[in-house]
Amino acid sequence: MNHRQGAGQVLRGRAFKFGDSISTDHIVPGRYAHLRSDLPELAKHVLEDADPTFASRVRAGDFVVAGNNFGLGSSREHAPIVIKLAGVSAVLAKSVARIFFRNAINVGLPVLICPTDGIGEGDELEVDLAAGTIYDRTKDLHLSFTPIPPVMLRILEEGGLVPYIKKYGDFKL
Amino acid sequence: MGKTLAEKILSQKSGTDARAGQMVIASVDLVYVQDTTGPLTIRQWEASGLERVADPSRTIVFIDHAAPSPRRELSNDHIFMRAFAQKTGAILSEAGEGISHQIVAETYAKPGDVIVGADSHTCTGGALGAFATGMGSSDVAIATALGKTWFRVPETYKVVVNGHFSKGVYPKDLILHLIGAIGADGATYKALEFSGDAIAQMEMEGRLTIANMAVEAGAKVGLFPADDIARRYLEAQGRSHGFQPLQPDDDALYERVIEIDASTLEPTIAKPHTVDNIAATRELKGTKIDQVFIGTCTGGRIEDLAVAAAILHGRRRHPSTRLLVAPASKSVLMEALMAGYIETFVEAGAIILPPGCAACIGVHQGIPGDGEACLSTANRNFQGRMGNPQAFIYLASPATAAASAIIGEIADPRDML
Ligand code: SF4
Repeated sequence: MNHRQGAGQVLRGRAFKFGDSISTDHIVPGRYAHLRSDLPELAKHVLEDADPTFASRVRAGDFVVAGNNFGLGSSREHAPIVIKLAGVSAVLAKSVARIFFRNAINVGLPVLICPTDGIGEGDELEVDLAAGTIYDRTKDLHLSFTPIPPVMLRILEEGGLVPYIKKYGDFKL
Repeated sequence: MGKTLAEKILSQKSGTDARAGQMVIASVDLVYVQDTTGPLTIRQWEASGLERVADPSRTIVFIDHAAPSPRRELSNDHIFMRAFAQKTGAILSEAGEGISHQIVAETYAKPGDVIVGADSHTCTGGALGAFATGMGSSDVAIATALGKTWFRVPETYKVVVNGHFSKGVYPKDLILHLIGAIGADGATYKALEFSGDAIAQMEMEGRLTIANMAVEAGAKVGLFPADDIARRYLEAQGRSHGFQPLQPDDDALYERVIEIDASTLEPTIAKPHTVDNIAATRELKGTKIDQVFIGTCTGGRIEDLAVAAAILHGRRRHPSTRLLVAPASKSVLMEALMAGYIETFVEAGAIILPPGCAACIGVHQGIPGDGEACLSTANRNFQGRMGNPQAFIYLASPATAAASAIIGEIADPRDML
């Protein structure tokens, strides 16, 4: 997946709505700790404790659309990884927990802070990362998201922290 | 303009005049992983191609979450982690040694340090005046290799706690109260900095519990000054050499000041399924409890076991309430053995679990059944947290946990002291 901002790439997919306070325990339950070294297998349980049908319904390109404090709790980076592995192209939320936000960018999963109340379950969305805009085709609703801090944007542009460090060898603020 | 504790530490470690809102690159004094985040951290470290560990003597690999391993896959993860430690010279803390954050407090964290761990409760080290924060595997992998990381210097909420705690009320009640008051995202991206008379008199065990749960309000770090209590704690461990007190400046700039009168606090509980879903314990009296768990990096220290043992001494658990006790570390277990607490627990009908995370995260040891309620001294009660999304988790102090184990229902410890 290419997240280069300059590429003018538009992400398209359907919205899967979630409420407030979706924790990393909902996303990757601790009882599957034994699958953490088998990420494709772990991804079959993504968000299972928030919506047990999600993993079977999500298709490549779709969006996770949540309320407040998405990704609170444990630092498990497996959480954004399995969301990405499930094909989700971005997470949209009213607010995001700190560690999850940094982890998501570090694994190349865009997390966009925006007002999500107007978006409905199953709505067709278009996200223009470069323009900073979200268009809900179903509702004919235009939204914008809070700009990602520059240091994180550069990491996202490289597809995550590991590829970024491979390229630059060090942090650049 | 003066500086907050976070600004002071990050200025020192970045070699800049760090102020809230700025981005800095800071050197890192201690890096650690545990066994549910460690394998991915090691794989990210390998993928980075950096192939080095900045300081093996300040890099620790903990086996505490699945300790001892209940499954072949986890045993194999442990093999992978041991091999990494062997290859790089990093320190290995084996199953049975205890929970990472407890061992870091007992052995490694120092005032003014920057500490990053691949575990959200790494913020526990803030009790010792260290800028300690949890990160994901990629960040910790790169910090391991480069010995530094980037931070946005957080704005600080000053939490001023004055007054005396009433009998039966503990630091755990204070932090639950605070999280309930500001919400589980009430301090997202912020530093919490604790001060006031009640904090100045609080022992390190209580401070560790409060700093640990800063993340449950979304905070990046929960900082305490490095004062006489910190010095004495380090002295007792033989680590006070070169101790430098660390206090915020009087004219530091705070985004918000929260004042709490400790004397108004009472035993407090977080109800399922969020930590900010707070109620007074007395309001929940009579709620049936199937399992009580005393342990974790929040409630498994020696002071916690002492309080629980005092209540359980000469009493027994309710016949339909299971009681699990897990000391936070091997040294806590040793102290509890010598003090007779373990005997008290066994006589009270408890199951003693090995030092480690035990029942906290649902990997093994004490997964509640469908519809069951567990009262735990841990820091999190998210749905599914203890291994069963059909179970209900209540969080409370060790005193409330012990009292409830005896009654078989949520009980107010003040009735038993
Ligand atoms: S005891 Fe619980 S909260 Fe603490 S490190 Fe272990 S799993 Fe995490």
